[in-house]
Amino acid sequence: MPSTYRSPTARPMSFVWTRRIVLTLMAIFAALPVYVMISTSLKPLRDVTEKFRWFPGHLTLRPYVDIWHTVPLAHYFVNSTIVSAAATGLSVLIAVFAAYAVSRYRFKGKRIFTITVLSTQMFPGILFLLPLFLIFVNIGNATGIALYGSRAGLIITYLTFSLPFSIWMLAGYMESIPRGLDEAAMVDGCGPLGALFRVVIPAAIPGIVAVAVYAFMTAWSEVLFASVMTNDTTRTLAVGLRGYSTQYDVYWNQVMAASLVVSVPVVAGFLLLQRYLVTGLTAGAVK
Amino acid sequence: MAATTSATAPGRSDSSGPARGREKPRRSYSIGRSAVPYLLVLPAIVMELLIHLVPMVVGVVMSFKELTQFYIRNWGAAPGAGLNNYRLVVDFNGAVGSALLHSFLITCAFAVLAVGFSWLLGITGAILMQDTFRGRGFLRALFMTPYALPVYASVIIWAFMLQHDNGLVNHVLHDQLHLTAKPAFWLIGDNSFISVVVVSVWRNWPFALLVIMAALQNIPDELYEASAIDGAGVWQQIRRITMPSLRPINRVLVLVLFLWTFNDFNVPYVLFGQSAPPAGDLISVHIYQASFHTWNFGSGSAMSVLMLLFLLLVTAAYLTVTSLSNRRSNA
Repeated sequence: MPSTYRSPTARPMSFVWTRRIVLTLMAIFAALPVYVMISTSLKPLRDVTEKFRWFPGHLTLRPYVDIWHTVPLAHYFVNSTIVSAAATGLSVLIAVFAAYAVSRYRFKGKRIFTITVLSTQMFPGILFLLPLFLIFVNIGNATGIALYGSRAGLIITYLTFSLPFSIWMLAGYMESIPRGLDEAAMVDGCGPLGALFRVVIPAAIPGIVAVAVYAFMTAWSEVLFASVMTNDTTRTLAVGLRGYSTQYDVYWNQVMAASLVVSVPVVAGFLLLQRYLVTGLTAGAVK
Repeated sequence: MAATTSATAPGRSDSSGPARGREKPRRSYSIGRSAVPYLLVLPAIVMELLIHLVPMVVGVVMSFKELTQFYIRNWGAAPGAGLNNYRLVVDFNGAVGSALLHSFLITCAFAVLAVGFSWLLGITGAILMQDTFRGRGFLRALFMTPYALPVYASVIIWAFMLQHDNGLVNHVLHDQLHLTAKPAFWLIGDNSFISVVVVSVWRNWPFALLVIMAALQNIPDELYEASAIDGAGVWQQIRRITMPSLRPINRVLVLVLFLWTFNDFNVPYVLFGQSAPPAGDLISVHIYQASFHTWNFGSGSAMSVLMLLFLLLVTAAYLTVTSLSNRRSNA
């Protein structure tokens, strides 16, 4: 991000020192668990069952080999990837269409639509977990379409989790794209969809990237529905990671190695794209 | 999706030649009559109906049924229960009701504390990082990391740090700083409340930071420049310019944080596992346990409905009070 800020006058030393001290404390708070994760994942098992030690007795990569055998981690990885990617793709597509309608058209029911969609964001997940569970089980009984325990069930559930925020943010983002652009495209003979795909979407890429990251993170991290709606073949990482601690020994070094491995895709993606997220928030959500 | 695309696109391209002339002037006002916006929002509506709204209605219906394990696979056959489920869960002298009330109070205290600290850390961090200085980009990435980590991975790290025998927290507090007479238990007993608040703050404050940092970018530089010329120092600028400019975003941010924290299932569930200690018995996990242990979905639904009503009430009251005080401060 271009740092446009902003130092017309030199800051007094009291401010500079406050900043140094407070930000250092915050950095320690934020980084401590990350340090524990990395250092523990490089320890032999003996080091993690006894008293905590700040540094590994000797460094080993053993946990990174073992994690794949202790539980079928690769299998969970594939499941999580399929579910999250599909949920993200669908969610972004649906949100782009809805946001385009909200930002470019006046239509009856628009206010009700936006309010309803946004307010679903505040409903407790537990409120529709039980009914959704029942609905999925009973749809399965009645029609043979297995939504309960299937990836499809999780995909459609997850895509709706990120949908409200995505629509809201994209609509705000599209508002900031001059209407003249897509009106010109329509004058040139594009239909509404042509204008959307040729003009609005390319101009809204930062916003779209931001909501895609958000949608992927949402799906990748979800625990509640994953623990109820999956079975042995469709289990995702959110549930699978518990496999390391059901044994008599908790393999903490493996738990940490596995946590690191499953975190890398989303953390890397998020940190690379956080500038888009801030830009998207600035343009869309925060007015 | 494919159906919508192919249904509208050919029709549009057919008519675009001759229709171009008459389409242009009517676009801004009477376009409301066309079907296009409805087709565009249709997929979103279908998905919201399917996953949120219909289940919500079903959930309300379920709360009036005697929906025990015998009727899970055929819930239409479950006998009606009238208000029995509600009577059961608000009977605070009974076992179910008193446990729910306890969990509710714990959750309220948890949400207020966790939101307060998350917001405080977020706004402090954002204001201190408003200037450019060396290492700012790195710090921002570091601060975002807890939020980016998948919750089940990051909370498991905390569970390890909070272990009684081999955890970091006891090692530091007891072995190194000698602050406690003997190693404390952090995941059972009363301390578990502190644990779940700290973990929740650790995870959520980056969101507050992100939103407030974005909002700070929208404060015009001229305000700061003008006040600097008038002789205002940095602390005065924060008090007189930054804080008032953040009022509208704070209003939304605190509400959103509160709702998310109150509803949070992931942090307590991953931190405590299947059996939450009483001091950390947050309401989402409580309802989940109550429903799936006994398979009594009827009373579980009644609890969820009451929880939703409470949140609606709080939201309405919050928005009313804050908009009143906003209006007063503007007048």
